[in-house]
Amino acid sequence: MQKIGVFVCWCGSNIAQTVDVQAVSDALAKEPGVVYSTNYQYMCSEAGQNLIKDAVKQYGLTGVVICSCSPRMHEATFRKAVASVGLNPYMLEVANIREQCSWIHKDKEVGTEKAIILGRAAIAKVQLNAPLQAGESPVVKRALVIGGGIAGIQTALDIAEAGFEVDIVEKNPTIGGKMTQIDKTFPTLDCAACILTPKMVDCAQNEKIHIYSYSEVKEVKGFVGNFSVKINKKARYVDENKCTGCGECTTKCPMKNVPNEFNLGMDNRRAIYIPFAQAVPKVATIDPNYCNMLKNGKCGLCAKVCGAGAIDYKQQDQIVEEKYGAIVVATGYNPIKLDKFDEFGYSLSKDVITSLEFERLTNAAGPTSGTLLRPSDGKHPHTIVFVQCVGSRDTSGCGKPYCSKICCMYTAKHAMLTREKYPDTDVYVFYIDVRSPGKNYDEFYRRAVEQYGVHYIKGMVGKVAPRADGKIMVQASDLLANEQLHIEADLVVLAAAIEPDKSARPLATMLTASMDTNDFFTEAHAKLRPVESPTAGIFLSGACQGPKDIPDTVSQASAAAAKVIGLLVKDKLTTNPCVAQSNEMMCNGCSSCEKVCPYGAITYVEKEFRMPDRTTRIRRVASVNPAVCQGCGACTVACPSGAMDLKGFSNSQIMAEVDAICQMK
Amino acid sequence: MVFHYYPGCTLKTKAKDLDKYARASAEALGITLAELDNWQCCGGAFTMAKDEIATKLSSVRALAESRDTALVTVCSACHNVIKQTNAAMKNDADFAFKVNNYMKLDEPYHGETKVYHYLELLRDVVGFDKLAAAVKNPLKGKKIAAYYGCLLLRPGKVLQMDNPENPQILEDFIRAIGATPVITPYRNECCGGYMATEDKALAAKKSGLVMESAKEMKADMMITACPLCLYNLTKNAPGEKLPVYYFTELLAEALGVKE
Amino acid sequence: MSNPKELALKEQVIRMSGVDPLKCMRCGKCSGTCPSYDEMEYHPHQFVYMVEKGEIEKLMASPSIFKCLSCFACVERCPRDVEPAKLVEAIRLLVIRQQGNNHLKANQIPDLLDEDMPQQALVTAFRKYTK
Repeated sequence: MQKIGVFVCWCGSNIAQTVDVQAVSDALAKEPGVVYSTNYQYMCSEAGQNLIKDAVKQYGLTGVVICSCSPRMHEATFRKAVASVGLNPYMLEVANIREQCSWIHKDKEVGTEKAIILGRAAIAKVQLNAPLQAGESPVVKRALVIGGGIAGIQTALDIAEAGFEVDIVEKNPTIGGKMTQIDKTFPTLDCAACILTPKMVDCAQNEKIHIYSYSEVKEVKGFVGNFSVKINKKARYVDENKCTGCGECTTKCPMKNVPNEFNLGMDNRRAIYIPFAQAVPKVATIDPNYCNMLKNGKCGLCAKVCGAGAIDYKQQDQIVEEKYGAIVVATGYNPIKLDKFDEFGYSLSKDVITSLEFERLTNAAGPTSGTLLRPSDGKHPHTIVFVQCVGSRDTSGCGKPYCSKICCMYTAKHAMLTREKYPDTDVYVFYIDVRSPGKNYDEFYRRAVEQYGVHYIKGMVGKVAPRADGKIMVQASDLLANEQLHIEADLVVLAAAIEPDKSARPLATMLTASMDTNDFFTEAHAKLRPVESPTAGIFLSGACQGPKDIPDTVSQASAAAAKVIGLLVKDKLTTNPCVAQSNEMMCNGCSSCEKVCPYGAITYVEKEFRMPDRTTRIRRVASVNPAVCQGCGACTVACPSGAMDLKGFSNSQIMAEVDAICQMK
Repeated sequence: MVFHYYPGCTLKTKAKDLDKYARASAEALGITLAELDNWQCCGGAFTMAKDEIATKLSSVRALAESRDTALVTVCSACHNVIKQTNAAMKNDADFAFKVNNYMKLDEPYHGETKVYHYLELLRDVVGFDKLAAAVKNPLKGKKIAAYYGCLLLRPGKVLQMDNPENPQILEDFIRAIGATPVITPYRNECCGGYMATEDKALAAKKSGLVMESAKEMKADMMITACPLCLYNLTKNAPGEKLPVYYFTELLAEALGVKE
Repeated sequence: MSNPKELALKEQVIRMSGVDPLKCMRCGKCSGTCPSYDEMEYHPHQFVYMVEKGEIEKLMASPSIFKCLSCFACVERCPRDVEPAKLVEAIRLLVIRQQGNNHLKANQIPDLLDEDMPQQALVTAFRKYTK
């Protein structure tokens, strides 16, 4: 029989308000094995912890039960406290009487009764606890960053700065991401390229950083500190080491009509291309969907003009396998497709564009060299209507239920810049709410109204009708004037909602990292662990976790890097001792556990067993690698013979808890 | 193939062409439209209130009688009312309970019948490629603006006919009969509808917008599936007008069954 | 806040229509898209807000309730699935269900007719205006 101490926490009034803590400690004092039971205002405080430590020493406790908040909150705190006075930390159990009891009950009597039951279950479990020893696993001192936009770039630079190797995997031919397509950045209006391209170059020149461009993650195995990742380097049909980026091939290729994704299809590129002048790496890529040589063996012009001999039509996809201690997800976002929003006429007129297309139309490196011209006829637009919240805050099923966060500010920027450069242009912004919290953000928006004379109209556009004469009829409501407006516009700009990149969902499966219903990665704690995934060793950077503008993205990117560095500086990690273990006598080698193990921690060994008749027989039995097992318990429920058990959460411990809960008193 | 057919009130009187050519063309395509024996008027508009039972019973009768195969409608209004009623019978348990209680059908009805608009029949049962192959007199060179109006497509979630903001079904139909579709942005806006009874000015304004836009886009003619749309466009739209036809008339012409 | 009579009316409108006016985020897209906007005293977004506030009697007294074309544009395009047209319909029914409150009477019909007007127009008008 264990000698158990029970410690009931008030959590100020959080617990004490709906649970009679004195009654709980009195009731639990009568449980078998309990030699000491008390309650205290804040058990997690230094005084509270001393109370526990003193009791362990004074009463020679062999088990401790804390009735307090969720073990996610303070289990580690209390385990450390008891360990400091010589008790094995795994001899302590936490009964959650806050989140699962006091916070959800109003009736004190009911709350008290439930708290006693929860405490009783924890006591029953501790009776069966055994001391466990945490193991150690080594840390591979290299990080992987998936996604090479501004988030991935910043994270990689910060990790490299701390002296660790870091690889960036980017699916496009160049790093830089969405920020390369943006013209100017709010609220300071500095040019995006001017602040981004130096960072891209830093990445290329930093000897700690390796860029896998035009590459994708194919497989992830392992666990925190020791991930094993397969990266597919897609064939670009150009030898990266030989190509000098001179661009000769991209001017000679006869396939001139390939839609240029960098300019969102508003102009064309060749079949062999460098996305833009400041691309990193500055290496050409052949688009196999358009290259005649690759499609039917007729052409070969680029190889002829290439002075470096870099063209390689026979190049194949190449799988690289690397080991990493930490993985950062920085897969970013995309504007949604607007095919469900044709009341705004996006598919009917070239002059109804998205905000990102507007960026390209005002960018010096864009299809119009920075002069704002209508895509249809190349004329200056004199009346421009901006429509906010296209697909954002939409619960009808057509769009996204969340606020995309960045649109209010970039639209204010677009409107302001348009008025500054083309003062004869009338600019209307239809908004539901202008959301501008952030340093100098509201001031920025107000400048658009007060200094630049942008017409902000509270209301939504209901119908956009392009006319044959090139004018676009915009029908909208002006809620404050209580009018329906009909505006003859030349250009309509839709602030399309943003969504996580499509590559995020399959990646999350590979990483066993959780996502929300919108395919944003979930953080370990919304407030206190915002840059970590709940899966150990996986970190989140940028818009893959939620809509973010550049300042927020860069902050989070650096935060994620700090977390990665904190992990990589350690030589070894303490492993969780609560891992699965197979009872070889009961195991019949059926492989059920191996099939359900998400971590690949279970293998099978042939072992010799002595039979009752003194013969020996070789049997196939499961064996768990404790360094790989994460203690999820999937195998213990899958095992048909009950041979698999989880240390610290054994079947008998769980049954003891259930019995204690069901016990009538 | 034989399908149950619900012509509706207007197809028996002012819109005989819509009906006549629909039947003739269906026969030419190997489909027989078997008119329901005792159909009653759908009422022209689906009453949206949940406690409106009586106004939806005629639709339920037609639906329940068509359980063995499927029900085909051709008038936009009938299609709208019957499909919305069908959805209510399927998804609103309280409504279905009351209706079944009142009607005492041999077997309670819960929205089992599949309802096709005639255009859906062409798209999903015949297939536009098969239709194109069956065309004898392609309407080559004709630029046709499809006018959907409001009842054919909306509410999109209930009718599930096509993308309500960027529909294709009439345009695909126009291509199948050998003509060229002309898209006007007002093809899915209201013509003024029943308001033409007491507010001719509104009908003139709304149908005028539609007509002007089709003229601007250089269409030769317009097609519709709705007698009320045809009326507003031909009668109430101000100024010079393009000819407006029921889509079935052009179908019959293309199939060579227009007498 | 509303008096008991108005609260009862509000509850009835919500029950009949199945609309939850609290889902509205007041973007005004319904009124931006409504083809009958200029004909209406109260516009679709106002129907939603006034029902929320319990001002049903004001709406019942307004000719706006006979101006909805039932074209479902507001229903289709509302980003929050509020379905304003269903409120207009419910309030109109509250009015015409009362004795003697038919908006269109049979003896008015001959004057409205012309030789091309389809039956569809009349049956729809009757359904909308008359009980």
